[in-house]
Amino acid sequence: MKAFADLLDRLSYSPSRNAKLRLMADYFRNTPDPDRGWALAALTDGLPFSFPLRRTLTGMMARRMDPELYRLSRDYVGDTAETIALVWDSATEARSPLKMRASPPPRGEGRGVRGTPALDLPESPPPYPSPTRGEGTDAGGGAPPCLSDIIAELALVGRDDLGIRLETWLDGLDATERWALLKLLTGALRVGVSARLAKTAVAEMAGFTVGDVEEVWHALTPPYAPLFAWLEGRGPRPEVANALVFRPLMLSHALEEADWDALDLDQFWAEWKWDGIRVQVVGTREGASLYSRTGDSIGGAFPDLVDGFHFDAVLDGELLVVRDGRVASFNDLQQRLNRKGVSKRQMEQFPAHVRLYDALLIEGEDLRQLPISERRARLEAWHGRVRPPHTDLSPIIEAADKNELRAIWTEARETAVEGIMLKRRDSPYVVGRPKGLWWKWKRAPLTLDCVLMYAQRGSGKRSSYYSDYTFGAWRDAGGGKRELVPVGKAYFGFTDAELLEIDRWVRNNTVESFGPVRAVTPRLVFEVAFDAVAKSTRHKSGVAMRFPRIHRIRWDKPADEADRLETLLALIGP
Amino acid sequence: MTAKARVTTYVRMVSAGLFEDWIKPGSAGLFCEPGGFHVDPARRVGRAIITHGHSDHARAGHGAVLATPETIAIMKARLGPESAGSFQALRYGESLDIGGVTVKLVPAGHILGSAQAVIEHRGQRAVVSGDYKRQTDPTAAPFELVRCDLFITEATFGLPVFRHESGEREIGRLLKSVHTFADRTHLVGAYGLGKTQRLIALLRKAAYDRPIWLHGALQSMCDLYTELGVDLGPLRLVTDATDKLPGEIVLCPPSALKDRWSRRLADPVTAFASGWMRVRARARQRGVELPLVVSDHCDWPELVETIRETEAQEVWVTHGREDALVHQIALMGKRGRALALVGFEEEEGE
Repeated sequence: MKAFADLLDRLSYSPSRNAKLRLMADYFRNTPDPDRGWALAALTDGLPFSFPLRRTLTGMMARRMDPELYRLSRDYVGDTAETIALVWDSATEARSPLKMRASPPPRGEGRGVRGTPALDLPESPPPYPSPTRGEGTDAGGGAPPCLSDIIAELALVGRDDLGIRLETWLDGLDATERWALLKLLTGALRVGVSARLAKTAVAEMAGFTVGDVEEVWHALTPPYAPLFAWLEGRGPRPEVANALVFRPLMLSHALEEADWDALDLDQFWAEWKWDGIRVQVVGTREGASLYSRTGDSIGGAFPDLVDGFHFDAVLDGELLVVRDGRVASFNDLQQRLNRKGVSKRQMEQFPAHVRLYDALLIEGEDLRQLPISERRARLEAWHGRVRPPHTDLSPIIEAADKNELRAIWTEARETAVEGIMLKRRDSPYVVGRPKGLWWKWKRAPLTLDCVLMYAQRGSGKRSSYYSDYTFGAWRDAGGGKRELVPVGKAYFGFTDAELLEIDRWVRNNTVESFGPVRAVTPRLVFEVAFDAVAKSTRHKSGVAMRFPRIHRIRWDKPADEADRLETLLALIGP
Repeated sequence: MTAKARVTTYVRMVSAGLFEDWIKPGSAGLFCEPGGFHVDPARRVGRAIITHGHSDHARAGHGAVLATPETIAIMKARLGPESAGSFQALRYGESLDIGGVTVKLVPAGHILGSAQAVIEHRGQRAVVSGDYKRQTDPTAAPFELVRCDLFITEATFGLPVFRHESGEREIGRLLKSVHTFADRTHLVGAYGLGKTQRLIALLRKAAYDRPIWLHGALQSMCDLYTELGVDLGPLRLVTDATDKLPGEIVLCPPSALKDRWSRRLADPVTAFASGWMRVRARARQRGVELPLVVSDHCDWPELVETIRETEAQEVWVTHGREDALVHQIALMGKRGRALALVGFEEEEGE
């Protein structure tokens, strides 16, 4: 546990990517299996558990520590898990402060471990019998728990027994280890390491690329012993050829104006950027599934698709709801997302469909090194032959030159389209986000001037700031009057400096407080950007914005001149 | 005389309390009326006992200063040889009678020369701790416990969350990082008086024998420590370096960590040695990449343990985070009082 805790501790303070890679590579090189594999799982969000600890922890501390001392400590540190990690020994030693004389004094033998001499006093107590763990000593009834022991036990203990087990573990660990353990249990490490960066570290320490690791990743499970064996030249490459696994995706860059100016359209083709979710369709002899762009298997919620997929291929496409040949809004698609199962009614009401645009493998042949023009030709031929149900091909957009394409892009207001994809005709399928091969050219956002109505305190770093804003548009209230009706909520799009200003404004213009929410004088105008708007029965205004964010703060604009609800309604697509 | 002998010959007074008729907090700080002197006063006074050389305890302009010889040397070096009307040295363990008050200085373990002031008047004994710690420090005489009726303690780290790591452990972390990032400079922020020399001595104890590089502002106190007999090994000034010092350890004052000054170093790993580094939010505020939890003050368990061991029935808290400690003192069945003396800085050491 110590090595893992040290790693998390250093990672949490290291801003640089290279430093993080070095720290992780160091750890993976010097830590044995299965500990390092569990650490890799933790860093890639692959642990098979997470425990909501809040109540367990507060209950535990209420029993162990003077409430006033705990409150002062918690207030100072600002984080429950960290506070507990720090005060744990004090709490243990002083569980009954009034009986302190009789109980072992603080730190006991730990003092010797720290190198402080015992005081040379005649009345000084005999060497303390209480076991306190020092570096490398075996005390407290056993060696400190290691990462894999803890994980193994977690699989066995029920949520109800966790509290007791946790106390034993905490007793055997030092402050940094306790902090790391509590982070691990809650399943949120938050040390500034993405799953991809952790995989990069593992790959590069052995002279591989992250693509090599990602290719086999989804065929593996924690603690990844075969992966390390392969990387270290002690075992075969994990088998993925016929397995029902996700292959890492090729991603695109956002096209900025300067990129557009420099773009040579002859080398690219254009496709629609559909407003659905990117999926990978995998068909094998054993069956088929769908994977989200992060590699999560979502096939189980789409039997209407995968039950009809009888082919051997790995394909790239967009998951959509298509009714009578028309792509429905993203709102409709959302009715099918984030579900384990699906009802017959939902399948009828929101029929799923995959619009394909690329092929990674077809019938055992790996196409990823071929240019997309060749892959597309193979995909078209294959699709024409196999004709899998509920699929079609995303068409290529015909445009004579850049002017024409730009005009098409500007006019693209169909709800199902988010913009245009530009793909270099000779681009191989490169895992990750290579520069210059694929561009996403999102259509300009819609904007609306809205009035700030409510502000809510954020969480985490922003817990002391009013950073979540509900804004409204005007509508007639009868009798020649008008009123604001909330149309959306946003909590980003502004800078830290602007947040400070808005926060100050909110505090100075509060008319009413409800817990963390403040109602403010309707005077501040936000220019809100959003990607689309749809009808909604959940909102009082009857509309829901997609992806709203604060585009500009219009300190200058009078609230009277903000937009009306009708303007927003007119933007709702067919 | 050893600490043992002093403690065993001491006869405990039954009459605790009522100290205010001879020692009390005033606008300039703690004042002993029959002796006519202050301890670590916040402004100029006629007579002052100075517990140690840090600038929030040792100020210029007092009429007469009583302190350990080391503290006097530090004051003269930092504040000037004429920074007090007169200096009188009192060695650890020696007694001095001042107007019927007996004064003794005993080691506080905080920095070189740091002392607790033991003040006895009409059979009552008060101990003013100054800043102190119980951990070992190769550059400071170890803290000696003195039993007393009134213990006047600091509480810089007076919250249960503060538990300092051992200096040895943290130096181990620093050296491990030097090994991992061998192409980068390790730039360690440390206060110029006390912390810097302790870190150097700890590095030497860990058998680190390469030259240690210093920011110019740290040189004079290191020279003084060496003069006073503390061996710090080979030290060099960063201004004399011929390259960007990859793989080397550089010490600088905390203010220089984020300064343009550090651009001359090889992609530095910034470290900071302080008890405040225990709390993540504090370390992040500093933008430190390698926080080292090394402090020259007591942590919470040391404060609590020391208060208990002094057997004082009354405990006054001079400065720091008093709320929690005064609450703890009450839990221990003693009378506690927060003095909230002005003039002491929250930041450790300086």
